[in-house]
Amino acid sequence: MPTVDEILLTDEQRARLAEIEEAAQAAADKPAALGPDVDVARFRTVSERDRVASLASIERQIRETALMSGFVSDESERSASYFQLDRTPIYERVSEAFGGQVEVMSTADALARYPDEMLAKWWWRAVDPAKDKYTALVALHQTEGYFIRVKAGAKVEKPIQACLFVSESDVSQNVHNIIVLEEGAEANVITGCNIATDVHQGLHAGISEFYVGAGASLTFTMVHNWAEEFSVRPRTGVIIEDDATYINNYVLLKPVKSIQAFPVARCEGARSRAVFNSIVYGLADSHIDLGSETQLIGEGSRSEAVARVVSTDRSAVYSRGRLIARTDECTAHLDCRGIVQSAESTQWAIPDLASEGAPGAELSHEAAISPIAEEEVYYLMSRGVPHDEAVSMITRGFLDLEIPGLPLALRRQIDAAIAATAEHAM
Amino acid sequence: MHDTDITVPLLAITDLHLSIAGREVLRGIDLTIDAGETHVLLGPNGSGKTTLFNTLVGLPGYEVTQGSVAFKGENLLALTIDERARLGVGVAFQRPPAVRGVRLRQVMEVAAGGALEAGTLDAIAGELAVAPMLERDVNLGFSGGEAKRSEMAQLLAQQPELALFDEPESGVDLDNIAVVGGAIAHLLKGDRASERPRAGLIITHTGHILQYVNADVGHVLFDGRLACEGNPLDLIDDIVSHGYEGCVECAACRQ
Repeated sequence: MPTVDEILLTDEQRARLAEIEEAAQAAADKPAALGPDVDVARFRTVSERDRVASLASIERQIRETALMSGFVSDESERSASYFQLDRTPIYERVSEAFGGQVEVMSTADALARYPDEMLAKWWWRAVDPAKDKYTALVALHQTEGYFIRVKAGAKVEKPIQACLFVSESDVSQNVHNIIVLEEGAEANVITGCNIATDVHQGLHAGISEFYVGAGASLTFTMVHNWAEEFSVRPRTGVIIEDDATYINNYVLLKPVKSIQAFPVARCEGARSRAVFNSIVYGLADSHIDLGSETQLIGEGSRSEAVARVVSTDRSAVYSRGRLIARTDECTAHLDCRGIVQSAESTQWAIPDLASEGAPGAELSHEAAISPIAEEEVYYLMSRGVPHDEAVSMITRGFLDLEIPGLPLALRRQIDAAIAATAEHAM
Repeated sequence: MHDTDITVPLLAITDLHLSIAGREVLRGIDLTIDAGETHVLLGPNGSGKTTLFNTLVGLPGYEVTQGSVAFKGENLLALTIDERARLGVGVAFQRPPAVRGVRLRQVMEVAAGGALEAGTLDAIAGELAVAPMLERDVNLGFSGGEAKRSEMAQLLAQQPELALFDEPESGVDLDNIAVVGGAIAHLLKGDRASERPRAGLIITHTGHILQYVNADVGHVLFDGRLACEGNPLDLIDDIVSHGYEGCVECAACRQ
């Protein structure tokens, strides 16, 4: 397939690309508003890898690591798969049963194949390339990323899976992902971002732009497995049209050097809805700064954001939630709860609500950081549950947000991490 | 044949003295409950009813300064809350706490000591109209009546040998009192001849619950002591006519 440089673009399209590049160049040194600064110059970009004929032929250790973020090798459980190792999309396939309903390829391929649609509608349309140095890094030095499109009306009941894997140290993986759900489509996308067990230092900068068409429903689940010296800076923008729903599930159960993400969902359509669920386990020296912003623009739009944080060791966790109402008829709620398990750990819960000229908007929040209440433990004990099991049950319940479509192995891993968390609570 | 020694009472409270933060609240309680008996504990606010209940449950914060509590011959006071429950003590709280993320169904299962047969669960859910609450976080946002029905559902799942009820009628409308009272009667008296009757201690301030449950013995707790013992309905009549003070002063009990 030709690259975008080799195909014939209109003057307008070339101007658009130049505009993106110029904006990115101007922002190349612009620090992010939140999170510790990362010196992006110290990393080289990830390398090329060989493509594989099947998921089974991917190195076992890589497959096993990927499984822990929800990526399975058994494609009968999935409608489509995308696997990127370092900078190369080594495997992409749509299962036969879903042929014609789902498209999966790298964004570079999508740009070359559909330049008109990509540039007019999706390419840097939901995320500003000049937002900060990380968006600029991806705009200027992109290392692929996935493009997933679900066709109008297609109800893809089996999850679509994507894995972005880093197998070398001291690199930055700069991916640009785009998901498009056409009108009335439904899909559940599970993406895992992983690094090989012997990789320590590195940077993952990921741009994700999601477009949820009228009446469509996208459930997007992301499970992160990083390492103690790895920095992560995702930048996500979601545009939700009339009667469409976007559900974002995020799970972080492993240590990370620092992660800072603040996805922005724009509920542009009437009766559109955005839901953010996150489960965060702060470990070791992790600096975790996560949150979401929902802009309620369309009449009757709604949003809920639920965050559950347990932090221990020396971790610092910021849990943010911003709701901005720009229409009279909208409702949104934040529910953000944390348990601090270590005297050396810090947690911030930062709800942030704004009504911008929307007198009828109803925005609310509950934020709490507190230990497990003794009376709850005693209550379960009075039913015959030993003390430690009661604490474990409550901690599990605290972290157990229902996330559909997770493979059993991942479910078990989450359970095990929660059990470890619960043990810590005793 | 009984599998327990019939010479040992199910619950034997002997000369129990108890303090909270150095202040004596119970001043020598003697109370024996045999298998199958239903006792009622009446008393004004602040008389120590809930203190006695919490002490039997095993909640912390109460200092036993004298006396003993034996359950099936074992020193109940030496056991943790969960050990007491597993030994056969069940409790229905007046205001149970909400536990986020733990569903009523789960609590019923652990109370039953593991899996609960579908038929049993359905029967309990039907009797107490808790089916819509099974998958809800226990007590979270439950109304007064829902919370009491949930407590009863958990006790029916647990089937304890001795059930303790703290003000089962408080904060509940009449319809719910009937349902809760019916469930208490069902738990304590059993449906079938083959079911062994269970013992109960019902703490009540108003006595309304006795319209639904036949109790064998009533006691009045007054100023940290058991001042009267008698037919529960007679005691309530006296209390209604003469107040707690008058009841305690009456000749029958002073003898």
